[in-house]
This record gives sequence, structure tokens and C-alpha cells, in this order.
Amino acid sequence: MRLTVNGQPYDLAIAGHESLVAILRGRLGLTGTKVACGRGECGACTVLIDGKPAYACLTLAAACEGAAVSTIEGLGAAERLHALQQAFIAHDALQCGFCTPGQIMAAAALLAQTPRPTEAEVRHGMSGNLCRCGAYPKIVRAVLDAAQRLEAARGA
Amino acid sequence: MSDERLVRLTVNGEPRTLAVKPATTLVSLLRDQLDLTGTKRACGTGDCGACTVQIDGQAAASCLTLAVDVDGSEITTVEGLAQGGELHPLQKAFVKHGALQCGYCTGGALMSAKALIDGTPDPSRDEIAEALSGNLCRCGTYPRMVQAVEHWRDFAGAPLDTEPHDAAERDQSRDHRTVGRGVPRYDGPDKVTGRARYTADLRLPGTLVGRILGSPVAHGVVRRVDASRARAVPGVLAVLTGADVPATRYGVSPAREDEQILATDRVRYVGDEIAAVAAVDDETARRALALIDVEIDELPAVFDAEAAMAPGAPLVHPEHPRYAGNVNTRVDWSFGDVDAGFAAADLVREQRFVGNRTYQSPIEPHAALAQWEPHAGRLTVWSSTQTPHYLHRSLSRTLGVPMGQIRVIRPPVGGGFGAKAEATPLEFCAALLARATGRPVRMEYSREEMFRHFRGRHKQYIDLKIGVKRDGTITAVDQRVVLDGGAYTSFGVITAYYAGSMLPVLYKMPAYRYEGRRIYTNLPASGAFRGHGVPQPRFAFESLLDMIAEDLGLDPIDVRLRNAMTPDTRTVNALDVSSCEFTATLARAREASGWDAKRGRLGAGRGIGVGCGGFVSGAGYPIYRSSFPHSNALIRVHEDGTGVSLHILASDIGQGSDTVLVQMAAEELGVPYDWVWMAECDTVLAPLDLGSYSSRVTLMGGHAVQDAARRVKGQLFEVAAGELGCAPADLEARNARIYDRARPDVAMDWAAAARLAFGKNGPVVGLGSYTPPADLGGGFKGSTVGTSPAYSFSTVIAEVTVDLETGFVQVDRVTDFSDAGTVINPVTFHGQVEGSIVMGLGETLLEDTVAGPGGQFVNPNLHDYLIPTIRDTPEIRSVAVESYEPRGPFGAKEIGEGSLVPVLGAIANAVYDACGVRVTELPITPEKILAGLARRRDRGVPPAAASVEPESETHAQTV
Repeated sequence: MRLTVNGQPYDLAIAGHESLVAILRGRLGLTGTKVACGRGECGACTVLIDGKPAYACLTLAAACEGAAVSTIEGLGAAERLHALQQAFIAHDALQCGFCTPGQIMAAAALLAQTPRPTEAEVRHGMSGNLCRCGAYPKIVRAVLDAAQRLEAARGA
Repeated sequence: MSDERLVRLTVNGEPRTLAVKPATTLVSLLRDQLDLTGTKRACGTGDCGACTVQIDGQAAASCLTLAVDVDGSEITTVEGLAQGGELHPLQKAFVKHGALQCGYCTGGALMSAKALIDGTPDPSRDEIAEALSGNLCRCGTYPRMVQAVEHWRDFAGAPLDTEPHDAAERDQSRDHRTVGRGVPRYDGPDKVTGRARYTADLRLPGTLVGRILGSPVAHGVVRRVDASRARAVPGVLAVLTGADVPATRYGVSPAREDEQILATDRVRYVGDEIAAVAAVDDETARRALALIDVEIDELPAVFDAEAAMAPGAPLVHPEHPRYAGNVNTRVDWSFGDVDAGFAAADLVREQRFVGNRTYQSPIEPHAALAQWEPHAGRLTVWSSTQTPHYLHRSLSRTLGVPMGQIRVIRPPVGGGFGAKAEATPLEFCAALLARATGRPVRMEYSREEMFRHFRGRHKQYIDLKIGVKRDGTITAVDQRVVLDGGAYTSFGVITAYYAGSMLPVLYKMPAYRYEGRRIYTNLPASGAFRGHGVPQPRFAFESLLDMIAEDLGLDPIDVRLRNAMTPDTRTVNALDVSSCEFTATLARAREASGWDAKRGRLGAGRGIGVGCGGFVSGAGYPIYRSSFPHSNALIRVHEDGTGVSLHILASDIGQGSDTVLVQMAAEELGVPYDWVWMAECDTVLAPLDLGSYSSRVTLMGGHAVQDAARRVKGQLFEVAAGELGCAPADLEARNARIYDRARPDVAMDWAAAARLAFGKNGPVVGLGSYTPPADLGGGFKGSTVGTSPAYSFSTVIAEVTVDLETGFVQVDRVTDFSDAGTVINPVTFHGQVEGSIVMGLGETLLEDTVAGPGGQFVNPNLHDYLIPTIRDTPEIRSVAVESYEPRGPFGAKEIGEGSLVPVLGAIANAVYDACGVRVTELPITPEKILAGLARRRDRGVPPAAASVEPESETHAQTV
């Protein structure tokens, strides 16, 4: 199958049962995407498939034929972190960091859909991503701040 | 539209279904798809055997095997040898016999051995050698591999214990628990199981592969570098040219920083770096390199040092007037009254000798991996370096990033021998490509690129003159050396000084003149190679000494004994020799080898020869001026007192320095060897140590470790004294007990004392450091090179057979007696000696890089550049002549480099004894011997010393 990950095309031979997260982690070495529950409950494996957020653990790789997948490793430019990544650091919106890639990818999907979300929209949009450290208040602030920064950058 | 297809394999007993491309090799499948990095890729052409695996039981080179061709096969790799957590008896035997040093060839060698014993359960010595003859080991552990395979059955069912395999001939009165014992090397288990992760084995998510484009011409001005076609290749993430990288010049010698990361104006040798690429995989990176358009105005080039000195020769660095005449370094020394010395001589002999441009060719190709942390601007570099500190400093200066923001980690290194003692374009380019792409970048040299980067031995033209009295007493020595430096300085300033400074250390001489000229040419730069500048002048000296002995009718060993260095002596060039058992090495080697009975009596075509040598135990001064201690160590006691960790930035590159440092820590602390953990060699974890060069680690690192251990012990004695009711000064630590020296029953457990100390004062940490004695050397220009706290001394006696029909030389037997002070570990000590003999044999008989008419090496691979195999290895007897070096930790000195130095002269002298041909130009090839024999016939010279018979009559003997 052909798959584009973070802009890079890959030709891969896969077995029918292999999940997208298995391919990302096991075959492509992209271990930023985490497996934490394996059943679509926690959101740690969130990636974007053609711009839409998806649980990579519940997605069969074979179903992604021809799709463009973005993972946490594809976010941000070479010299500069993405505004969301910067905001997560600035607001200390992470503790152990294990859920963070999924959080950030979910937030990226949210901001793509809703560039100026309200706090309630952020809470709703991020509700599929569990954080056991309870960094939620800071995550909300980080996402709102990033949205503002991105707006400002677009305005400029 | 994938061109991949599925193959089904059983790998180490596990079924695997994998998609591979038609051109995917088995080694790539194992390493890149299955992460089985115990199988190494070291030449890629089936010459070295490091990638050997078993395919359906048969040993095979996995780099030459296509994955699609082994569909349905059963593959066993080194990771598959150990079963149920227990090492295979072969693996245990390799560890116990010290049959590995750097470990890079070890997995392949084990697999060849395994294939042998599977089919031939009771192999003969010859069958073992034959089975291993395709596995190159540059550390020269061949004799130990044979022993290990001979004894593998002894290790079935036995635990891998750390009880010493004790071959020490040591002074039993120094009652050490760990020091002096042949404990198995610390990194042995990791290296026989394939678990040791060398730099090229490291995998970070999203790692890109980097490659460098080298100049196709030896000399030229770069007009244009256009990377636009390369940048457009899908999968290429960055291309850097000279315009994109810092223009800072770098180099080993602070006064001569003449190298650029990527050329901006001029290229000076075939391979000089022009551009670097980072891509998703190696194939894409190579494709991109081919699409970089480079326009170079070619200039006349020069490929010989003497030609480069001639008026009108092309200038390699024309922009610097200081390098007029291509002279990179100029040394003019004169000690004593040289003219008077020659006038007083009864015999003066002068002879020209020519050395060879040999290459270290470690089995592990150079590798670097770099990663930035963009939010903090920090850089981490993993590198196969011998000198993490100098690399750290070079990266900082060249990239303009403070050292505090750079972390250098040295994973296990698969041999260096000097080739990895300096920063390379790999580390700089990996760091810059990682910055440009925001992703980790891993880079490796191919075998050919290793040769092009070089830093091997300088080819030296040596004009040597020695004056002696009738009894052989040296009255004066005059040596002029021209060193072919190649295009850049590298270590060459130091090499030019070493080539002169070490001659007076071995033999006393009242007067000595040395003129050294290191010359730039349009060849790859020469650098520091084991013995650094010394082996070739020593080869010349040992050869000329034999010629003089013959003229005077004296025995060569008698001449050496007459002039031999003595303890506590200052040399004519102001070097201070402290311990010295040189005379004993000569006398004992003479006796053990049967010299007196054999010399001149071995029959036609067989000969015996002596050679001597030695080296510094660490350079007395650092490469750049600083007031820092040269070695520093930190020891932390684990809180429950049953373990300690040792942190030091020294580099084990296969010589076994981690093992001896751990032994010294254990000894001084009074705990078992197994208690000590060697922390990763990481600038974040360990304090500064200058690294592995100038044979410095045992003495200097050892001192720092001993110092740190003493400070730990002091803290424990403080609390133990309170507990035991005595003074701290009364206490001793040994066997994990702390006791009153006068009343050994007044004692407590070491661990209990450690727990008390932790409870009372917090973590128990000891810091130690070592600075060499101040004011070593004579204070004249260049006098620092050659200074050292202590010197090693070795005598080698070689026995050879020369086939008078073909000129082929076989080294049959080598006897080595070495004074390296106290031997800390006899297994690693003898391993170093044996490896030196194997490597020295290659330098003497086999090895030379050959530059073609355009200045490119014509033999940059292990197929055309021959390094010794197990089949070339002679019978070796290595004996330690122990001295006690007052300036060394536990009395220890160096062994790793000095033991190579005598080998060249010993073999050359044995060849002369065998056939009457004196070859003065290395290597001693069959062609040169045949030419010499022909000249002798033409001149009607009767057979020389060894009563050489006409070859027709000796044919039967030498076949």
C-alpha cells in the first residue's frame, strides 16, 4: 500500500490486520504516537488522517491506502516548534508527557476546524484525550493561547 | 505500485513475514527491519566477515545475500546464540579467553565458529583457523579466538563467572584482589551477544540518513556547486554546501586549524568534502549526491612529499605564506655535540629508509548521530570517537554553540587505533543536517570513504646515521625525516615531533640531531596511528643497528644491551625515564626464544630477528593549552552500599580500558569487581577525560579513579571508625569488609559502613583527578611532545620463513617480553600485545595505500588493502616483565601502542637473517625480496648471515 506520512511517501507491504499505529511505531519508527489503551478510549494515539483526527490504534492501516497521515513528529518546522507545541511548553500543559502528542494532534485538528474556539469548544474538542496527570486546565489555556497566536500570525 | 515482495523467514527460531525490495540485502533486513544490530555492516563487499550469519546452518556473508534469495530459510544471528538467558558455551569461551577487544567483528566471528562446530564438533586448530579465515579482526584477537573455539566445550553448563582466567606472571607479594587478575572484560557479555549498541546501531524516531559528497579531483578551485536537482529528489530533506555551513576552520592543532566542514573555495585531495545530504534513506541520499552539479577548475597536484618540497611544486595551501614549500611543520633539534660524537665513532653508517602509508582500518566504520532539541537549542551527538572531550570542544568552536549546550555520548567503539581520535566531517555534517531538517541524522562512512578520510600513518622518508664505537656503544645519531602529511594538518605537527623525540628513549646516546619536515601533498591527511610517528623511525633504527652489528661482528642483542636505557635516567632530549626493565626484556626474550641457538643456524630461508620499542604512557601535555587535570573521575556509592558507579569520560575503543578502570576502582575501594558499574561515556554524566590517545588511559584515568576511590573510602572510614572504636587511619578495606589493620577481627561490612555514611551525610560520592607532573620536558620548542610520566619497553623476537622461490614471508613465531609496569589485567595485556604483533605484521609485510595517477587511492577496500587474517597469525609468546612504576596507579604503565613499535624491525631483521635481503622500504613484499635475491645473485654475493643456500635447494623446505 501507499501511504504518505508527514509529507513523506511510503510503499509498504502490510498484513490485513495491522493497525495504523503499529505501522507508524513498528515500521516507520515514529514512536511519538503512543499506544496506551489500544481500544480508542484514551486518545494517546491521535493522529490526523487527511486532516481529520483519528485513533491510530483503531484504524486499520489497509484502510489508509492513499491517505496523508500527520503525526506529532510532522508538526512544526525545522527551526521552530509549532505554535501549539510552544504554547504547551509556555503553559506547562504537560507533566509526564505520554498523552501530550495525542493532545497536541487533537488540538491541531480542532484549530483547523475551528480557528477561534471558545473555551467550551476547546473542552469539547479535547474531550477524547485523557490526561491522568490532570493537566487539563493548562491544556485548555495552551490551546486557546495557540489559537490566538496563530490568528495573529495569519493577520500579520 | 510497490515493488516490494513478501519473504517468509525463520530468524533465531521466530517466524517472520517481511516485505522487502528486490535489492534489499539480508544484513539490511536484519538491522533495519528487525533491529537485530548484532550483525554488523563493515565493508559491504564480503571481505571482512563482520556480517556473518548462519543460513540454514551454513555461515554466509549477509551483506552479499539478497533477502529475496533466502525466502523460506532459517537464519541464525549472534542474538540467537544465547538460549534462555544463558550464553552459548562459545560465547562464554570468547569472554573467558579474551577473544574480543572492540567487539565489532565478534558477532561475525562467533557465527563462523558456530557453523564450524555444528558440522565439526571436534575441530582441529587448522580447521578452526580455516573456518575463521574470512573474519577480519583488526584488534588481532586471532590467537584467543582459536583458544576459545578449542575450549568451548569446557564452558557448557558453566556459569559466566568473573573469576580470573589467571595467566599472570606477577609479583604475588603485592596482594591485590582484583588488580593483576585476568578478570573477563567488563563489556565482554554485551559484545558476544550483539547487545552492545555501537553508534550505527542506534535508532531514534524519524532518523534521516546523511551522506557527504567528496571532490572527484585532487586539487582545484570550486567554481560552482548547484544542488537544485538534488534538493528536488523526493525524500531529500536537506542539502548543504560550503555556503550553508559555518566557515570556521577547524583542526587538531590549535596553531594550524586548516580544515573546512565543506569546501568554499578549494579542494585539496580526492574526497575533500563539498556537500552533504540528508534523506529518508541511504539509497535516496546516494541518488541525491549524484545529482549535485559541481564545477571545479582543476589545478596541478602533487602526490609525493619530496616532490612537493621541490621548487615550483604546486602549493597545497598557497593562501598561507607560512606554508611556503608546502612545509607544514619544521623541527630542528640538536642535543649534545653531534659532530664530536660522529668524530669519536669507530664506525658511522648511514641509510635511507622509507615507510608506508598504512591505514588503521578499524572494523567499525566511523559513525555519528546528531539530534537537536529545538526549544532549548541543545545538541546531542553520538559518535564513534576515541576522544569525546576534543570532539565536544571542536563541535562547540566550529558550530558556535557553548560546550554547555552540547552533549557528546560515546557508545561502544569498534576500534580506532588513532583513526577516530579527531572530529570528522561526519559529526559536523550530522549536526548541521539535523539542524536544517529538525530531525535526527545518522551518518556513516563506507569503507572507501574511511580510506579517503584517512588519518593513517604518515609515509616517512628517513635518512638515519648512527655512529658507534667498536664495542657497539652509540656515540651520535642524526635523523632526518620527511613526512608526507597529505592535504591537512590533522595530528601531523605532533607526529613530526614524535618521529624524533622517541629515538633517545630506548637507547642512550650522548648526541642527537633531528630534522623533521612535515609536507603538505594532495593526498588525504595523515594523522595519529598506533605508535604515533614512532614505528617507522624505530624500524629504521632497529634495522640500521643490525647492519652495524653485522659490520662489527657483534650479536644484535649485545649491541642493544650495551646501549639500553636504564631506570631513573634523563635522556639526551630531556625526557625523564623512571621505571625501566628494558635490559630484562632483552635478556629474557633472548633466553626464551632460544636466540643464541637459533641465530644464523635455522637453515636457508629461515631467520630470527630482534626489534625493540616502547611508548609514552600518556602525553605529558594536552593538545590545547589548559590548566585542566587530564583525567577526572566520579565514583558514587549506591545507597544500600552493595554497588558503586564509576563515571569517567575515558574511551574504551577495544583496548579494555573500562575493564582496567573498573578493576582499579574495585581494588582501591576494597569491593568485588562485580560491584562496579561503568556509567555511560556521556559528557552529561562524566567529568572531563582527554580520551584514548597516546596510550594514556591506564595511567592517567587510573590515577583519577584511584583518587576518587580513596575519597570514597575516606568517607566510609570516618563513620566506620566511630562504629568500631578506632581511628580512620587504622582502617583497611578489602573483600567488601572494613577492618582494623592491626586487629582484623574488628571489622564491619563495607555495605553497612556505606549505609551509615549515607544516613549520616547523604550520598557518598568521591571525585578524583590527575594532572601529570609539572615541568616535564626540556623547555625548548616542541619539547612537550614525547614527555610522559612513564615509558613502556618491549623486546620482540620474530622467526620467519622466506620462500626463496616466491619471496613470500611467513612469520612463524614471535616472542614478546614487555615492561608495562604492573599488569592490571593479564588477559587484556596479552590481548594488546598479540594485537600489536598482528597489526605490526601487516604493516611490515602487507599494507600500503597506493595512490593512482590522479591522487585517488586505488586500493580503498579490504579486498585490495590486505590486513592480516587469522591465517597470517604466528605462534605468539607474550610475557610481562613487571616493573613498579612509581608514577603509575598501582605501578602501571602503558602497553597498547608501545608493543607495536618493535614488531617492524624484528620482522625486517628476521627476513634479513633468513635470506640476506635487507629491505629498507616498507612493506617488505615478495617482489622486493625477489629483487633483492636477484641483485645478490647478480653481484655474486655469497649467502649472508643465515648461510642462504641457492633457492633451488631450499624449495622443498619452504613449500
